[in-house]
Amino acid sequence: MEVTTRLTSEHSIKLFIQRDYSEGTAVKFQERFPAELEGKIDRGKFVDIIRHVNSIYAEAESLSCKAFMENCCACLTGYLLLLCMPTHYEKCVRRAAQYISEENDRTLTQNGIFMIDPMEKGLRCIEVCISSNR
Amino acid sequence: MQSLESKNRVFCNGRCITGHNIGIFIFAVLLISIISGLFFGFDCPYLTKRLSPAIPIFAALLFLMVICCILRTAFTDPGILPRATPEEIRYLEKSDNLQNAPLTGRVIEVQMRGGHVMKLKFCQTCKIFRPPRVSHCSLCDACIANFDHHCPWVGNCVGLRNYRYFYLFLFSLSLLCIYIFVFNIINIVLRAQDASTVADAIRDTPATIVEALVCFISIWSVIGLWGYHTYLICRSMTTNEDIKDTWRSTRRGETLSNPFSRGHSLLNCFSALCGPLPPSFLNLRAIIKQENNIPKTATGTNNNLHDTLQYHPDENGIYNNRVWDSSAENPPHSFQMKQQQRPYVLRDYV
Repeated sequence: MEVTTRLTSEHSIKLFIQRDYSEGTAVKFQERFPAELEGKIDRGKFVDIIRHVNSIYAEAESLSCKAFMENCCACLTGYLLLLCMPTHYEKCVRRAAQYISEENDRTLTQNGIFMIDPMEKGLRCIEVCISSNR
Repeated sequence: MQSLESKNRVFCNGRCITGHNIGIFIFAVLLISIISGLFFGFDCPYLTKRLSPAIPIFAALLFLMVICCILRTAFTDPGILPRATPEEIRYLEKSDNLQNAPLTGRVIEVQMRGGHVMKLKFCQTCKIFRPPRVSHCSLCDACIANFDHHCPWVGNCVGLRNYRYFYLFLFSLSLLCIYIFVFNIINIVLRAQDASTVADAIRDTPATIVEALVCFISIWSVIGLWGYHTYLICRSMTTNEDIKDTWRSTRRGETLSNPFSRGHSLLNCFSALCGPLPPSFLNLRAIIKQENNIPKTATGTNNNLHDTLQYHPDENGIYNNRVWDSSAENPPHSFQMKQQQRPYVLRDYV
């Protein structure tokens, strides 16, 4: 929490990694390295993180047998089932959020960067804060 | 500041969300209930005696399904995209200055794999570049993902997150209409056999004629709409795209096919009705920090009905804590306790 408040002070820069719609409306973020992060973090490392987040969302959106069964069961129980268990998609979203917070702790905050769960922005973009006092 | 600025109404601690004007929705629910009630009251006793007790049981199941589906459609978030924060707008203004245009006039072109070029327009109200298939609903005043249409009968937009419920509603309502209509006719025919004339039979059950008339009038539009949506699902289109004729327009002599279609109509059905469904993009159940001692607080569970809920991220943080299905993780009493500690910020609905 201490990190959060420090990084969102007025001295931080924010940048937004936009969605990549070239493959349709499935959730995918642009896998390019933003110029603002030059010199702050290893290029490959950052792109890898985005790529991993993308892979989690790709799994959430995939038309798997599991998702199909889940939705059929939910439909048969009048969607009451969804009240008692999280869907595959929700699990994936939570996993992505957890992955991002782990990466924040592991590598990003050391470099003065803080990444925010894209769900906060309605999966439109990933917000990245760069602390400038480093 | 990230409060919900659209014209939606929010109920039950943010579990339910619906459109601005729900008069027609209430009318629709009442109409369905009254017609079904008349059927249970006037036709079922006779039909049970004469034919089988299974008739009211099936009718009751169908009726429950219709009501569940319409409520689900009306009170599910259709996929409202949260508006951009000031920081995001500033970032967008800074970046991409090649076009030298004010933000509102800008268009982002996206080259898609299939060869399409999607144009992402900037939404003046929500301050975002609308992703593909997102449209701004003027009635709800919000950008809706996979916008289909704003349905006055359910009082809500039909979009990504409630389309399947809407489709099931149409399907079950068609079945209910046909079911009631067929058994109305059977009722009259059987009564006419018992009594001497048809006129006598009608005099015995005047409600049957009313039901049959209402069903006969509504059956065509309901089944028509259901058929239309089946066609749309098979082609993986939305009503909005069909009206605007997005994918059938020919450019340079070649017909553009729908880039969102998965190729096979069955696969399209499958993904539209049973595909994965994202959770709501809004964080309506977030616990709001009190800003400047707003006196009005809600501590109970139900007294905030008909109030619009504002939600803010924490003053000093952008990390707006999402409350992941607190119902599943926390027992209800602990959630209420949290609620009492940090009350919602409420505003009277105007």
